[in-house]
Amino acid sequence: MTARPALVIAAGAAVFAALALVPFVADGYGMSLAIAIANYAILATAWALFSGPTRYISLATVAFFGVGAYTVAVLGEVLPWPIVVLAAAVNGTLLAFVVGLSTLRLAGIYFVIFSFGLTELIRQVVTWYEVKVTNTVGRYVFLDTDQSMIYWQLLGLAAILYLTGYLIGRSRLGFALRVIGGDETVARHVGIDTTRAKLMLFVLSALFMTLTGAIMAPRWTYIDPAIAFNPQISFQTVIMALLGGVQRLWGPLLGVIPLTLLFDWLNANFPNHYLLILGIVFMLIVYLLPQGVAGAIGKLSRSRTKPEPETDRKAHSAEARP
Amino acid sequence: MRHILKRHLGPALCAATLGIAAIAPAAAQESIRIGYAVSKTGPNAGGATTTTIPNYELWVKEVNEAGGIKVGNKQLKIEVVEYDDRSISEEAVRSVERLATQDKVDFILTPWGTANNLAVGPIFDKYGYPQIAGTSVTDMAPKLAARWPNSYWLLGTGGSYAEGLVELLVKLRSEGKIGDDVAMASIADGFGIELAKAGRAALEANKFKLVYDKTYPLGTQDLAPIVNEVKALNPDVFVAFSYPPDTLGLTDQARVLGFNPKVFYTGVATAFPLYKAKFGAAAEGVVSLGGIDPSDPKVKDYIARHTAAVGKEPDRWASFMTYAGLQALQQAIEKAGTLDKAKVNEVLRTGTFDTVLGQISFDNESRQVPNIFTVGQWQNGEFVGLVPHEHHGASQLVFPKPAWPAQ
Repeated sequence: MTARPALVIAAGAAVFAALALVPFVADGYGMSLAIAIANYAILATAWALFSGPTRYISLATVAFFGVGAYTVAVLGEVLPWPIVVLAAAVNGTLLAFVVGLSTLRLAGIYFVIFSFGLTELIRQVVTWYEVKVTNTVGRYVFLDTDQSMIYWQLLGLAAILYLTGYLIGRSRLGFALRVIGGDETVARHVGIDTTRAKLMLFVLSALFMTLTGAIMAPRWTYIDPAIAFNPQISFQTVIMALLGGVQRLWGPLLGVIPLTLLFDWLNANFPNHYLLILGIVFMLIVYLLPQGVAGAIGKLSRSRTKPEPETDRKAHSAEARP
Repeated sequence: MRHILKRHLGPALCAATLGIAAIAPAAAQESIRIGYAVSKTGPNAGGATTTTIPNYELWVKEVNEAGGIKVGNKQLKIEVVEYDDRSISEEAVRSVERLATQDKVDFILTPWGTANNLAVGPIFDKYGYPQIAGTSVTDMAPKLAARWPNSYWLLGTGGSYAEGLVELLVKLRSEGKIGDDVAMASIADGFGIELAKAGRAALEANKFKLVYDKTYPLGTQDLAPIVNEVKALNPDVFVAFSYPPDTLGLTDQARVLGFNPKVFYTGVATAFPLYKAKFGAAAEGVVSLGGIDPSDPKVKDYIARHTAAVGKEPDRWASFMTYAGLQALQQAIEKAGTLDKAKVNEVLRTGTFDTVLGQISFDNESRQVPNIFTVGQWQNGEFVGLVPHEHHGASQLVFPKPAWPAQ
């Protein structure tokens, strides 16, 4: 943890360079698995980027993801790809800005409910617009892209996300957010502009979610509001991030990889009992790993040397917080 | 590296905790491997378990009981690999990738619904699998066929259904049986909107007057306001491009409120056995999409076999397309005499197949079956096809719709 920034960044770059070679060795199915992992790795990490330090449980992941996907659905065939991605980024940022300004004063359960409602609201607005104005609900995205292209774009986005997260963690903003997470009133009293700090991170986190949606959209050819704004994406993101652990930048990844593989394995071997077994597995996870994988690893490496610091326990109780 | 490690770690961990050992895939030799990923759970499960899954199971059972599919001089039994796409496009994409590259199945059957068929289209195309979609209604069908030359869209376009209905109405009006007033309600979702759009255009082109034209959102529970409002307008024709829950709801409300127009048309699920089971004699005279020729022995035989094998009757619309698609695939494999996908595709494109829909061929640019029934009606407990009139076995419309029986 005391490694020099240059070293950490160089090591990260080397890992991503190695991961970029995956399309040359993986087959079609391996690639689709890699895309699934990259997709959720970005969503969960971006989610934890904001929700980790501030402990605001957001269920709005798919609102931004869907806005990205829909931007591609609307503009994908009429504009060149980089402009489409840029437009998605602008849409996501604007939305996050407006939403953030109006809601980040909410706390606890009010924010959770609001963020969930936001997704529904956007979905209904899009549906209403499509029905009344464009007279169609499903949109077709015919873009010539393949799995490798999608994977590389996701990988590039993940690299930027990790770099951003790493730099924020070392910055004054990161510190301010940790103070807010500890006690927001104290944070305000020591002179932190809490709303501004939260807003900045919320927008940043939303930006990555939006871009993920934009990159993934061409994979499905057909997009309608139910597909783009599927609340399951939000829930899965939260579950994966919490399983991995949200206090470290690499924590969510430890939830994403095993869960993506587990979902896939369960579906392949028990297609008729998938949900049943999934429920049992979730219960086992909660019983066996109440602090997430990252928490368990931290505990393991610290055991017998020094007692468990209180902060880690508190961090993971975020799940139970209203 | 890390991925590979984790890939084994996850499953191993899970198997250990659950005490369930992974079943090693059976060695595939003297069999033909057929895979499918359909929505066993999620919002699509209702449609998939009515139309898609029973027909897949029926077909596999029948083929295997008959000794298998004849490929060259060998009889190969079918070995099934199945997944649940959980009604999520991304899952459908991944499952089909898995079927193609991990399980290396010989053929892949299509998922249920328009969205998932479009999602998996590029993969079928990439690996050259024929995609015979029996449950996708999309106006894009011709464009899709051009983009994915091995795709077939047996259910046709939304436009064809709406136009079929308007054709029927035009005929009724020319006979002086109905006036110009038409009331139309539609669900604000893909299928409802596509049909309403086509219906609106066709009605206006034929100088019908749309006295009521409203959409209602997915999941609307209270349909009485729609029925009441339409009833007050007293149109001769009521058309609802509806989904299963609202098809049942609208019929129920119309009966309760005593709204009995001369032509009463509801959408998806009207042709389901469930509709007849729920409404009994009240279903009589209701018009909808689909329909069959009840005098055709092949149709009768199919319904009997379906009922015997899966314990319920097939629906009178997409079940037929789904099953016909399976028959076409089987015949194409047998005619090609090989499991080579390119050769089977070649036969599918050019051949004629003997199916429950009659003799069908896809030998056209849009890769659709010409002349399927687009409009049907419940008559004497059977959902019979009406339009196109020139279609073999087409019945005559019972007009006007009989009064709702007393409850």
